[in-house]
Amino acid sequence: MIENRPFLNILAHLVLIFGVALVALPVWVAFVASTHTATDFSSGTIPMWPGPHLVENYSRMLDAGVSTSGTPPVGQMMVNSLIMALAIAIGKIIISILSAFAIVYFRFPLRNLAFWCIFVTLMLPVEVRIVPTFKVVADLGLLNSYAGLSIPLIASATATFLFRQVFLTMPDELVEAARIDGAGPMKFFRDILLPLSRTNIAALFVILFIYGWNQYLWPLLVTTDSGYYTIVAGIKRMADAVDGLPQWHLVMATAVMAMLPPVLVVVLMQKLFVKGLVETEK
Amino acid sequence: MASITLDNVGKVYPGGTRAIGDVNMDIADGEFIVLVGPSGCGKSTLLRMVAGLESITDGTVKIGDRVVNEVEPADRDIAMVFQNYALYPHMTVRQNLEYGLKNRRTPRDEIARRVEEAAGILQIGQYLDRKPRALSGGQRQRVAMGRAIVREPAAFLFDEPLSNLDAKLRVTMRLEIKDLQRRLRTTSLYVTHDQLEAMTLADRLVVLNMGRVEQIGTPLEVYRKPASTFVAGFIGSPAMNLISSRAVPHLPGSAHAGLLGIRPEDLVVDPAGAIELKITAVEELGAQRLVHGLVGGEDFTVTMPSDAALGDSLTLSVPAQALHRFDKESGLRLD
Repeated sequence: MIENRPFLNILAHLVLIFGVALVALPVWVAFVASTHTATDFSSGTIPMWPGPHLVENYSRMLDAGVSTSGTPPVGQMMVNSLIMALAIAIGKIIISILSAFAIVYFRFPLRNLAFWCIFVTLMLPVEVRIVPTFKVVADLGLLNSYAGLSIPLIASATATFLFRQVFLTMPDELVEAARIDGAGPMKFFRDILLPLSRTNIAALFVILFIYGWNQYLWPLLVTTDSGYYTIVAGIKRMADAVDGLPQWHLVMATAVMAMLPPVLVVVLMQKLFVKGLVETEK
Repeated sequence: MASITLDNVGKVYPGGTRAIGDVNMDIADGEFIVLVGPSGCGKSTLLRMVAGLESITDGTVKIGDRVVNEVEPADRDIAMVFQNYALYPHMTVRQNLEYGLKNRRTPRDEIARRVEEAAGILQIGQYLDRKPRALSGGQRQRVAMGRAIVREPAAFLFDEPLSNLDAKLRVTMRLEIKDLQRRLRTTSLYVTHDQLEAMTLADRLVVLNMGRVEQIGTPLEVYRKPASTFVAGFIGSPAMNLISSRAVPHLPGSAHAGLLGIRPEDLVVDPAGAIELKITAVEELGAQRLVHGLVGGEDFTVTMPSDAALGDSLTLSVPAQALHRFDKESGLRLD
């Protein structure tokens, strides 16, 4: 549609500005809150401009954390979250690209059944199977470990399905040319399939990293040792302050810091991400 | 370099559909063989069976002296050029050419020598560091051929390599392929549905229909003595007229009560002729015109010089040696 009417332009901008404000305002309030002292926020009026305590609040959270809530310093929780998010994202990509490779390029007995078994797990996210999964993880002695945090979240039907679709669009002649060129299955996978799915892998990595970083329920369940707290679950624990007001300024400082890594990943991988979603030429 | 021998080769798909039945063929070393037929006749399947991309259910395929039925495509010492080129999109032209040789652990200086040589032959030297997407269709086609040449294989297999090019480029590339094959003297098997391409390229033609060989012969043999009505209708443009002898009762030789084949270009205007054509349509081609009409109620086409005067009808005759006779039931050539 190509139309050029000033009124429509203005309207479109108004709608967009309204949308941005709607999304950005809470983030702004969180940032503002993280630059004040605790009392400023309990006084009844919410300040709308940053206060003078930015450095003080942030350095306190990074160094010491909030002792009353039993959470470790933010730095350590960020590292835990980072390890979990990376393990989930990379693990999911490796497992799903290999299973998609098997399903698309190999004829083995019960191939379709295998595919549908993977597909059905779409209907069984962690939240649904949380009790049996917890039992399995506990029996394996994986509570309070990075393995326990990430492995149960790695199996992924969505990513397998996505790679299956990507592989199905690869022309058959490419496989045949590779066979004539003397490339065995794994060589074909490494030399041709992987480089050609590069952008899809990047796009998936962005989505999965954020998915892993934002995990909340599962880390809350399997970590009781504060050394393994992740940041998203940690925020919840801080806000649950026993005997006293939650230290909102510190909670907000933590929240703002928790936001940064996913934002960074999106910004850095934006180009590849968009390419991976829209590129069709093979 | 090697000969290729197909011995009672057949293919039945798991569902029971027969794709190829009983093909026998001896391809001499250095020969250019074209497999031609309408779509679905099994010509590509047959080529892919020689390449090793399709399994062979009956008979044997020999490349040189070796039966290759169970040999992996990479070990058959063949190179294939695909219709859509099948270049690796993420590799440069040079990497595309090198890939097969690297997998074979060819020494590095040998790879470099062969790539240079192929690039020289095909004049793609200046594109070696480009990606395929930055090349035009004709250039991609050359790279695809280059990938076959650097292998220095026993045989080239071409699967409709020119179908994705525009008409003008197709003619140029056709000449280049022919010239290339003449210089390299590599046994070649070429699949096409275009009878013009088949006629111009082939040392010998193999006309396929419904998975069976209708005729094998040099282009001229096939043109002059088509073995069946199918070949008669398929080779030659415009197609040969096939009419029952009842439609032309006065034509000498029409007494055998079968099918008569007459090429549109063999007919001459002759007031004393035995063929009476009622004109229904005229197509102007510039150098000549195609006159369509009815002879004894059956469709018939004649080519005429473009300056010939045309009325409502034409009286034509045909030299006896240009008359083809076919059996009505089997469609096979009589004589």
